[in-house]
Amino acid sequence: MTLARSLAVLLLAAVLVPLAAVAWRGSGLAFGPSDWAAVRFTILQAVVSAALATGLAIPVARAIARRSFPGRGLLITLLGAPFLLPAVVAVLGLLAVFGRSGIVNQTLQASGLPPVSIFGMQGVILVHVFLNLPLAIRMILHGWLAIPQERVRLAQSLGFRPADIARHLERPMLREVLPGVALIIAVLCLTSFAAALMLGGGPAATTVELAIYQAVRFDFDLGRAAALALVQVVVTGVAAILVLTVAQPSGLGLGLGQEVRLPGPPGWRRVVDIGAIGLAVGFLAVPMLAVVLRGLPGVPTLPVEVLAAAGRSVAVAIASAGLATAVALTLALGAVRGNPMVEIAATLPLATSGLVLGTGLFLLVQPLVTPMTVALPVTVLVNTLLSVPLLYRILVPEARALAADYGRLADSLALAGWARLRWLVLPRLARPLGFGAGIAAALAMGDLGVITLFAGDGQATLPLLIQRLAGAYRLEGALAASVLLVLLSFALYWVCEAGGRRAAA
Amino acid sequence: MTIRLLAAGLVTIATPALADTPVLTVLTYDSFLSEWGPGPAVEAAFEAECACDLRLVGGGDGAALLARVQLEGAGTDVDVVLGLDTSLTAAATATGLFAPHGLADATGLPITYADPLFLPYDWGWFAFVHDRKLENPPTSFTELAESDLRVVIQDPRSSTPGLGLLLWVKAAYGDRSAEVWEALADNIVTVTPGWSEAYGLFLAGEADLVLSYTTSPAYHLIAEGDDTKAAALFDEGHYLQIEVAGKLASSDQPELADRFLAFLLSDAVQSVIPETNWMYPAELPSAGLPRGFDQFRPASSLYLSPDAAASVRDAALAEWQAALTR
Amino acid sequence: MLQLDHLTLTRGAFRLTGNWTADPGQRVVLMGPSGAGKSSLLAAIAGFLPLTAGAVRWNGHDLGPMLPGERPLTILFQEQNLFPHLTVAQNIGLGLRPDLRLGKGELARVDQALERVGLSGLGPRRASQLSGGQASRAALARALLRARPLLLLDEPFAALGPALRAEMLALVREVADEVAALVLLVTHDPKDAIGLGGQTVFVADGVAMAPVSTAALFANPPDALQSYLGPK
Repeated sequence: MTLARSLAVLLLAAVLVPLAAVAWRGSGLAFGPSDWAAVRFTILQAVVSAALATGLAIPVARAIARRSFPGRGLLITLLGAPFLLPAVVAVLGLLAVFGRSGIVNQTLQASGLPPVSIFGMQGVILVHVFLNLPLAIRMILHGWLAIPQERVRLAQSLGFRPADIARHLERPMLREVLPGVALIIAVLCLTSFAAALMLGGGPAATTVELAIYQAVRFDFDLGRAAALALVQVVVTGVAAILVLTVAQPSGLGLGLGQEVRLPGPPGWRRVVDIGAIGLAVGFLAVPMLAVVLRGLPGVPTLPVEVLAAAGRSVAVAIASAGLATAVALTLALGAVRGNPMVEIAATLPLATSGLVLGTGLFLLVQPLVTPMTVALPVTVLVNTLLSVPLLYRILVPEARALAADYGRLADSLALAGWARLRWLVLPRLARPLGFGAGIAAALAMGDLGVITLFAGDGQATLPLLIQRLAGAYRLEGALAASVLLVLLSFALYWVCEAGGRRAAA
Repeated sequence: MTIRLLAAGLVTIATPALADTPVLTVLTYDSFLSEWGPGPAVEAAFEAECACDLRLVGGGDGAALLARVQLEGAGTDVDVVLGLDTSLTAAATATGLFAPHGLADATGLPITYADPLFLPYDWGWFAFVHDRKLENPPTSFTELAESDLRVVIQDPRSSTPGLGLLLWVKAAYGDRSAEVWEALADNIVTVTPGWSEAYGLFLAGEADLVLSYTTSPAYHLIAEGDDTKAAALFDEGHYLQIEVAGKLASSDQPELADRFLAFLLSDAVQSVIPETNWMYPAELPSAGLPRGFDQFRPASSLYLSPDAAASVRDAALAEWQAALTR
Repeated sequence: MLQLDHLTLTRGAFRLTGNWTADPGQRVVLMGPSGAGKSSLLAAIAGFLPLTAGAVRWNGHDLGPMLPGERPLTILFQEQNLFPHLTVAQNIGLGLRPDLRLGKGELARVDQALERVGLSGLGPRRASQLSGGQASRAALARALLRARPLLLLDEPFAALGPALRAEMLALVREVADEVAALVLLVTHDPKDAIGLGGQTVFVADGVAMAPVSTAALFANPPDALQSYLGPK
């Protein structure tokens, strides 16, 4: 068995064994009366959110791909930011714009129009699009920039009009890239919890993850929790298989590894591009700025224990990102020939309920040690698991292109093992590796899944501390600490991303 | 396998930390042990007199504590659970994991509360909190339902205040509770997973009222010098939340656990409860209550016994869900 | 000696057979219409395409179980013979040690090879900055250092101008002479075949025919070759 296959088996085990432990402890699987409604709502909002985020990302990514403007590089980096926001912070930011006394409603009021409400299905989708649109833009933009220079030049030499470029170059690329992007976002939305409920407007917006939370925390009905978690896993598995069959290799191959920009057509298309970028920046930046500006003044007044918690969070983030990057790279290199098992194993963890995973691990670990003593390692493990799918999705097209372009040359030179990693894989994949590691680090930074279950004395991470602050009326402090969290997450992400770019240069 | 190795490794690292002094492990909710909660003061005061190491362990919110104890079962290191409320004690009793405390009942509650397993240490009234600028705050659920006011509440499936509101309506209206929920449905802007999200939405101006406690305005007054918040007093009476602590039967430090429970009712703890947990103390401290705690005193208290609460819960939840899903 | 022992390649409707030998040091040109399977035959010998039947042997040893990098051969592809992110010297050094832990002696050999192909001083440059001709030279310099007894060339100079191509062919001859390699060169151009001398394998209609003397073949071409070359 290859390393990638062994890792895939391990990943599957890491997802399914804790689930089985929960089911076993809860003596079997059982569904509650309103759970099917939660499943339906969850799938519906995930599909709509993913479709919207992916669809809206296309014009923005294309505009960024074919226009040059000052701050373009910075914009691409900053696109990672919303994805890193803790759900509650994102909600507060959106409320500053779309809330009752937000910018939009004030404007409507001033023009004598009726106010709009953010609460309801529209709010759930809004927050999911807000959080995931930038990720979609990044991933699709990457597809655009990966269209080989040779093909672009050919197109130019043949006098292709924008419509021809779209048909012959862009659509095949999108056909390959979009299903994976939509899958990742849909699955991310499947496990959404706080954001969906806060803006959902009521129990009609109950997600599966909330039902799991209820089952574990309130009813201690582990059988029900396991059944719900299994539904998440099955839905994701089915979606992953669907995507595998829909996604088709673009057949565009790869060029000489130089970033090439498509010709930016003039006229109305230019206006559309500027509009797309402007709207996206406004939609993403205004809520973020609103919340950061509100929380920033409180940062210096934060108590010292916030610093210690921040330190623990950074350590957890770095460890998780390192592990996740190694695992995802191994899987991606192993999946070059399209291995369905690797593909599914690399997607499932994303659909796993962090709570069920944590509860299962708790049950598994408890007979061996006091769970508190392993709080941070388990947090690292779970965060690693949860970020592997994203990283994998980012790396796999690159790994495929690498194999297609340089696989034979490397094979013919017996470039294998460590030397192949050192001289071929790492330098050629430095960019996506840096981006992926940055995302993984930031995700781990903001995670509040498992630590609540395991944390003992003096092990609080920053998200846990934020929750404690908020629980003790210190909402301004919680906001300030959230802003600190966002800044640290972004710093980690930036270091990884810029490091990758520098290594690739 | 990796977990096993990892765990084994960590145990060897962690073991030397366990000194000879006896350790009392108390599982509590997160806000209790935070720097701003009662935790640090309680820990310092108890350790000063017990010659022991008091370890406060956070387990999420109140509801999560019981799940955590059940998850750990008899093999747990936890000696005392602090922070369940009376909507959960029936379930907690049913687990058979708790042992009698053998202490006299607390005297500072508006009702007599006696439970051989669970000792109350503080309590409060649920209430809808609003800004003083709000004209004509509602004086009853019916008035609230008839108004255009916007309310944020917590989900009874994931939050103790949310569940408390369910029981409040049930205690006030009995068989008519479903009607009340249907009437309230259009006032409810949204339902949040926990107390802090709801309170945050309220402070951000998204709602006129938020489900919290009659003592919430006191927090703003005392900690922030802000007198703009008020609690709406309802004619139906206000539902009581009584927070309790209990000793686990599996505790390897039963005497120390007993001492800790007794200590909870001492002046040392009771005097810090109001301004750290923002609840009423179960025994009136010698210094009395801080200012602001007598601002909003309901005329009457509503309360369902743990057994009654447990028996109406599922039906009340179904009513709530049906009314708000429409 | 290279032996194609009842070799059969199939992929979909495509089918190619070959059953012949070629001697060490020989220079063999593979010619034939597009899609006849010249490149596939080279890829099969190099270990990138599985055989449907038969075997490829070198001096009696079956190459089947060997990985591409273990085979006694060097192959130059139509394009991408260099890693663009590595320097020219590193690209060439890979021919000595894939882990690039090069000692002083090895570094000196890299420099010699660079000089030998006319790229002195370009060692520290990134491969992506080379022109097409320079890239071909660098790839040949690596072949020189690898010194494998079999040199497979899959139209690596197709993109170069006539003069540059003649130069490269001359360089191939020198390199092959130096390491006494059997050369298999895929080309479309009869001039390349004549220029390289030696033998020609004509690939058409699913068969790679046994090599025959290029001079003799062109003096009296069979019908299939005549129609490939076009009217005289």
